[in-house]
Amino acid sequence: MRQALTLGGNRALLTRANPLAKFIGVVLITIALALSIDWVSASVALAFELLLFPLAGLTVALLWQRGWPLILAAAVGGWSTAILAPDHGRILLDAGIWSISEGSLQLGLGFLLRGLAIALPAVLLMSCTDPTDLADALAQQAKLPHRFVLGTLAAMRLVGLMAEEWQTIGMARRARGVGSHGNPVQRLKATLGQSFGLLVQAVRRASRLAVTMEARGFGGARRTWARQATFSRLDAWVLLGGILIPAAAVAAALGAGTWNIVLLGQQ
Amino acid sequence: MTTPEVRPAAISARGWGWRHAGRSRPAVSGLDLEISPGERVLLLGPSGAGKSTLLHALAGVLGDSGAPGAGDDADADETGALLIDGAAPRAQRGRAGLMQQDPETQVVLSRLGDDVAFGAENLAVAPAEIWRRVAEALDDVGLAGLPLEHPTSALSGGQKQRLALAGILAMRPGLLLLDEPTANLDPAGVLEVRDAVGRCLDKTGATLVVVEHRVAVWKDLVDRIVVLQPGSATESAVLLDGPPDRVLEQARDMLIAAGVWVPGHVPATRARAAGGADGQGAPGQGTGDTPADPAAGGLLLAAEKLSVSRERPRRAGLLKGFGRIPPAPVQAGITAQVRAGEALTVTGPNGSGKSTFALTLAGLLPPAAGTVSAATELSRGAGIDPYTWKAQQLIARIGTVFQEPEHQFVTGRVLDELMFGPRQLGRGEERVDELLERLRLRDLVDANPYTLSGGEKRRLSVATVLAAHPQVLVLDEPTFGQDANTWAELASFLSELLDAGTAVVSVTHDAEFSQVLGGRELRLGAPQPELPGRMAPGVAAP
Repeated sequence: MRQALTLGGNRALLTRANPLAKFIGVVLITIALALSIDWVSASVALAFELLLFPLAGLTVALLWQRGWPLILAAAVGGWSTAILAPDHGRILLDAGIWSISEGSLQLGLGFLLRGLAIALPAVLLMSCTDPTDLADALAQQAKLPHRFVLGTLAAMRLVGLMAEEWQTIGMARRARGVGSHGNPVQRLKATLGQSFGLLVQAVRRASRLAVTMEARGFGGARRTWARQATFSRLDAWVLLGGILIPAAAVAAALGAGTWNIVLLGQQ
Repeated sequence: MTTPEVRPAAISARGWGWRHAGRSRPAVSGLDLEISPGERVLLLGPSGAGKSTLLHALAGVLGDSGAPGAGDDADADETGALLIDGAAPRAQRGRAGLMQQDPETQVVLSRLGDDVAFGAENLAVAPAEIWRRVAEALDDVGLAGLPLEHPTSALSGGQKQRLALAGILAMRPGLLLLDEPTANLDPAGVLEVRDAVGRCLDKTGATLVVVEHRVAVWKDLVDRIVVLQPGSATESAVLLDGPPDRVLEQARDMLIAAGVWVPGHVPATRARAAGGADGQGAPGQGTGDTPADPAAGGLLLAAEKLSVSRERPRRAGLLKGFGRIPPAPVQAGITAQVRAGEALTVTGPNGSGKSTFALTLAGLLPPAAGTVSAATELSRGAGIDPYTWKAQQLIARIGTVFQEPEHQFVTGRVLDELMFGPRQLGRGEERVDELLERLRLRDLVDANPYTLSGGEKRRLSVATVLAAHPQVLVLDEPTFGQDANTWAELASFLSELLDAGTAVVSVTHDAEFSQVLGGRELRLGAPQPELPGRMAPGVAAP
């Protein structure tokens, strides 16, 4: 849990880019891909994103580790679209109420690719961005209120702590005779009790941390930033990528005649 | 040498008092106290004398949620005046720096350098000046060897407290407020922090107010001791005030009675019937098969070539056939025996896996490698490996007392808490009465466990585990942060249990405590280095 929130020694090029620039790039790609459900734009975007992997210090194994729920969701979405969408074209597989046709397969594939193409930039952003740097950029450059941003950042550190605390409380309660054995109702009761114990500890820790922050002068109207968040030439490239990748995807789809705006709902 | 930028603060309390919202009795009342710039004051007194309340008030954070005993302090009540340099503490952010007890909540940010800079940033210090102060403060507390990007989660307790001190120093406060800064630390950590505070005071000349039970740690560093007493309308809140030696001489008996750790005084404890505290009864070394204690009974529990870890085994990826990958152990090759009526003390440096070993021995963690096996006398048909026992089977055989009592509270009332184990087992409720008496909990039966004092919580947590009548008792740092009275009661009680045939395994840094219990010592070595490549490609994370 704790490792997941830091860069863990990642020194790739994109870790040096401004988090806000990366964030804008990700938003641009996501918006363009959310517009259509064709497979051409999705695969073009996906291909570009895969090329960015080494720049973000990401490997396939790491991608699976961090993004497997998203990847799984995309796969399930694609599969269910393939079997449930209205058939047109040649029927490839027919199993009673479920059938896969050329048309529905294409739609399902489009869904899968799109899911991946939308999920990957988020995973890319997370794996090459330190939460502290993101907070710096959000507060200093996006001008979000610093109380809110720094409060969230400090709370995130406690989340890792709470993961350890959960394990400890579970053991401490077993030592009192509260087992995770038994029927589902008993298990649910045990889990609820453990959650309550964790909640009590979380509230105590959070209020002590709040006192610590307040005692260090947190909460005043004006504050300085020891580390100035700045834009560099690298960020211009990041933004350019954020514009060119969706542009290429849309252009390719238009060229191939597969561009299919979701909102217009044409079949 | 004095850094000219720090202006030592003067404190003045005149008839000051504070009542927390929703409380009928004030936490402090009628406090008259003058502290001159640069003075170093140790604040003593029984629990409930309002020491923490005073410190929070001086730090300007009183009335916030999280202050001791406070909910919403909108209708809290302040009387008299409490001033720093003639002005209210609240109006002077950064004039005083506060360090609290729990190291985890003294760290705000995840990188070393950022955390030190945090306070100075809040005071709107110019960035270049902040980095100058960060470097200097880290140097002053002895953390200059670490890079500024060092993750704060990787620091030890003592290092975290020193980091907190650096963060405070970077604000250039004229007043340092330390609220039991070393209560959660092992002996090495205590000295680390104490020495760092001493160095910084010598350098800056700042005023110090420290609250701490262990007088010996701070006695030579302070030049004045103030003893507070619980507030009342007629008496002064200050019971005694003067140079350390004089106050300790005058108030020795009173302080000892109040549970303060007075230098040169080891609280009287019950002696073991055999093999215990006979003057040179230090625990014997080694893990041989013969009992160190001739009175010890049969073998109950044995660890054989045991490796321990808190991490669960992982599953390898698809390419490796989803095989089981054991976690990297924090300690390996431990062999030990637990015998009826014998104490086993587990010692070793920080991070050597002492607690992890105890939890594994107690059937709460699975062994990473090797075995834990219960003798038939203990298992009574439940199987050899305690980890596979059901929770009800476990508590009647091995009882574990955790370092933090609150982790083990499962009800909202002291009596229910004690009855919980016997009710699970369907027997032994009559034993609760005896425990209530023996551990002085009778007056608290209707109280909420979370509202008890530290010592009361510790006594309750021991009583609740013993109510299930286990043959083996495992305790993780039972004496951490305890006052001298609780300490002596606990040690005496355990020595009685040992003589009655219970096996006691304790993880502790407290040499005096293990001397009272006698028995055998298991010393664990330095921690195993983290194995590189643990997150190897192809290993799926949970």
